[in-house]
Amino acid sequence: MSTPIYQLKRVDFIFKDEKDWKEILKNSINRPAHELINELISSELKGRGGAGFPTGLKWKLAAEVDDPIKYVICNADEGEPGTFKDREILSKVPLKVLTSMAVCGHVIGSKEGYIYLRGEYFFLQPELNKSIGEFKDYCNEINFDFTIKIFMGSGAYICGEETALFESMEGKRGEPRNKPPFPSTFGYLGKPTVINNVETLAHCYTIFEYGSKRFYDLGVQYSRGSKLFSVSGDTPKPGIYELELGMSLVDFVDEFGDGDTKAVQVGGASGFLVPRKGFRETTIGFQGKLTGISLPTGGSMMLFNSSRSMYNVLDNYLEFFREESCGQCTPCRVGCQQLLNGIKAVKRGEKNAQYLNKLMRLTETMQYTAKCGLGQSVANSFSAIVENFREEMIY
Amino acid sequence: MAKKIKITINEVALEIEPGTSILDAARQTGVIIPTLCYHKDLCVAGNCRVCVVEIVGQKRLSAACATPCEDGMDILTNSFKVRNSRKHIIELLLSEHNADCTRCYKNGNCELQKLASDYKIMTQDFIRLSRSKNYTIDHYSPSIIKDDSKCIRCQRCVRTCEEIQGVNALTVAYKGDRMKISTFFEKPMNDVICTNCGQCINHCPTGALVEKNYIEEVWEAIADKGCHVIVQTAPAVRIGLGEELGFKVGSRVTGKMVSALKRLGFDAVMDTDFSADLTIMEEGTELMMRLKRALEDHDPDVKLPMATSCSPGWIKYIEHMYPDYLGYLSTCKSPQQMFGALAKTYYAKAKNLNPAKIVSVSIMPCTAKKFESNRPEMHDSGFRDVDYVLTTRELAIMIKQAGIDFMRLEDMSFDSLMGESTGAGVIFGATGGVMEAALRTVYELVTGRPVPFENLNITPVRGMDGVKEASIKIESPIQEWAFLDGVELKCAVAHGLINAKKVMDSIISGESHYHFVEFMACPGGCLGGGGQPIPTNPEIRRKRAEAIYAEDEGMPLRKSHQNPEILKIYNDFLLKPMGEKSHQLLHTKYSPRKRF
Repeated sequence: MSTPIYQLKRVDFIFKDEKDWKEILKNSINRPAHELINELISSELKGRGGAGFPTGLKWKLAAEVDDPIKYVICNADEGEPGTFKDREILSKVPLKVLTSMAVCGHVIGSKEGYIYLRGEYFFLQPELNKSIGEFKDYCNEINFDFTIKIFMGSGAYICGEETALFESMEGKRGEPRNKPPFPSTFGYLGKPTVINNVETLAHCYTIFEYGSKRFYDLGVQYSRGSKLFSVSGDTPKPGIYELELGMSLVDFVDEFGDGDTKAVQVGGASGFLVPRKGFRETTIGFQGKLTGISLPTGGSMMLFNSSRSMYNVLDNYLEFFREESCGQCTPCRVGCQQLLNGIKAVKRGEKNAQYLNKLMRLTETMQYTAKCGLGQSVANSFSAIVENFREEMIY
Repeated sequence: MAKKIKITINEVALEIEPGTSILDAARQTGVIIPTLCYHKDLCVAGNCRVCVVEIVGQKRLSAACATPCEDGMDILTNSFKVRNSRKHIIELLLSEHNADCTRCYKNGNCELQKLASDYKIMTQDFIRLSRSKNYTIDHYSPSIIKDDSKCIRCQRCVRTCEEIQGVNALTVAYKGDRMKISTFFEKPMNDVICTNCGQCINHCPTGALVEKNYIEEVWEAIADKGCHVIVQTAPAVRIGLGEELGFKVGSRVTGKMVSALKRLGFDAVMDTDFSADLTIMEEGTELMMRLKRALEDHDPDVKLPMATSCSPGWIKYIEHMYPDYLGYLSTCKSPQQMFGALAKTYYAKAKNLNPAKIVSVSIMPCTAKKFESNRPEMHDSGFRDVDYVLTTRELAIMIKQAGIDFMRLEDMSFDSLMGESTGAGVIFGATGGVMEAALRTVYELVTGRPVPFENLNITPVRGMDGVKEASIKIESPIQEWAFLDGVELKCAVAHGLINAKKVMDSIISGESHYHFVEFMACPGGCLGGGGQPIPTNPEIRRKRAEAIYAEDEGMPLRKSHQNPEILKIYNDFLLKPMGEKSHQLLHTKYSPRKRF
């Protein structure tokens, strides 16, 4: 099968002004819940945090649970290395996010929403609180009962994992829970909870504003709509760009690379590293049955040129994971230490190059057995770097 | 009942109740999945990942303890992928662990060691992380040693301290590679709200938490010809000791235990059950006096309900958590400390021994007793009342070291003077036992008749419910206690400090009105104590309780006030319960402590 070549298409939905939010809120909450759910389902919007769970289905599952108390949580614990898009959304178009949270509350039957704000984003708080105040005033005006509060995180990366986030909000240690049960039945305080990424909620607003078709028409099969990308690294134009999903990595590099791009890290430290030889066959989007290699991302796109040592890149990732693992499960806590110490030992010549193969098998175990996405995803960049830049690991 | 669901485990089909975990389902069919962080007493954590299994069709493996079965699941517990992963995980744990097994107190009774042996982890391919880590050993507590280098971070201790005891002295600190089990501000264990109950030791799979042992000190005392070494054994030891020495759970080994102690070289082997009977005399009298002050004299200052004071874990807990309510505690010392005070006074006098040369050892199912014997106020004999406290486990170690074939020992009986006991003393070892023993005596002293329960078995206070309540109506008492006529004596029993907290809170809020409450720090009472054989679980504790009650039923005397040696000590030495001598030797006071 030949891979269709898509030109990069800039889109401008997310940061388009939010002046119609009152109207959109009023119109949306006057629509029946099932209609809104169907709107989201037919848009095929998938979670923009990176995992790609269908948003409509998420809302539907929570709506179906019979419980007088439910919660809507906006996950603004943007901690993945190389992403900075949620910060922009919350500072430029916060009312879009608030509106979608309220609509979600209407759909699932919740009266309380929280924004779990990354600890390092404390400076967003005053402005965001102003917007929340303005939003609350309007809700009161139209007699719509929904309250939004900010919950400040304290800086642990793992608290972006949804169940660790709930634990953190409950005043406990931010450690991921066992799943099942999933948040739609047992979330914050054990109540049915919808937890969405900031960007996902911003896209919901687009869908409520223009209808699902406008959104669905963007992108490719399995990966509909647009997405914000945080472009960084060796690029002449770093920044945040809204692009259609389904683009091929070669087009992306043509647009953003500096002519010397050696590899692209898609999806941050927990994402996938693509070496130059894989640019052509890789597209950015969610994995589907018919697509070739398609990589999901929370939005982080880091470009590395030939001046970069991939050993240092990996060393940096592993140090990050060793420190940011919550430490509860064995494969992640000890595995990350072994990987980091292992590549150092190979580099220093204390272990022979074959030891890298043992570490590769270890990452497989971590992928199979770690309790949450953190430990499971360490394998992604590790195996790509060690496989493709083996000589940089050893010499 | 919900409809059963169909699954297969290793290609064997079975039908199970919905909601059953894969681990339990596998056990039902005789498939054993190894575990480390899982414990029957505790909530599921799912963090060690040793129990991972393959669900056919899923790329990732699932933790068997934390995954409920779903209809149609096809589960493999020993596939190539599972075995490889499991082995990796054991190797990872070992790489972080101070695996110097021959120098470990838990050598031979370590769940990680057993796994390593089962999976024949013979090589050390991964880097030894344990060498570069700055692990600390906390040996400041008189009861518990916490060695971080042996810790596998399963958090069983943390869950124990939180869920069973509600104490939360142990908690998780830091994250990532620095993650460890620690205390408030990383203070040493003797400086936090730890009650020394030792439940964390009972639930620790490795040697990270062990009792501070005094085995060598006791051997030294025995070897010292100038010392007269006497030993007392707590009620719960005789039904636990056998487990360490080849007997099945719930075996009663009283006679063999006495024989073994004599062979070890103790100069006199006596019984804490004796001082348990004595406790009943003192505590029962104290209760009746408080009731008299409350109901007849209408004294507003009298503190009711009266709370028992036998469990040193509970005592330290109330001192920390409810320092304003210490007046509710009975002033009686625990049986161990009563015995200790008498050993260097009454016993020394009767045997014409120099109390300075007496070394008093106690065998306890408990680690908090080590702390208790160390309290500054426990010197009423003029010396340290109890010199060394050994746990049931430490006694078993001594018996093994001495080369005693425990199974083949003849039964022997305790030495006299403080060796005679009744069934009432024996049941101190089970939750509800102190209450039952007290009621047997108090009711009879007040009415002149035995308690109105068949065969003296006060069943409402028995069993493993966390909080038990009972009441006995007192009818036609003898003249002296006429004011108690028609009074309904209300009692409660709580075991496990989390349940003690419930009862205390309901007393303080005014929701519950009791006259007498028994509190025991450990689940099941002393038989589930922190010094008892490992493992522990609800089934084991139930069997030990059965053994205790069987021991009681087999005793010729079952009421404390009938114990001839008790009658003798009041006649010869103490004169009367709550008398002057008693106050001096058998009663104590408590000190408020801070919560941090």
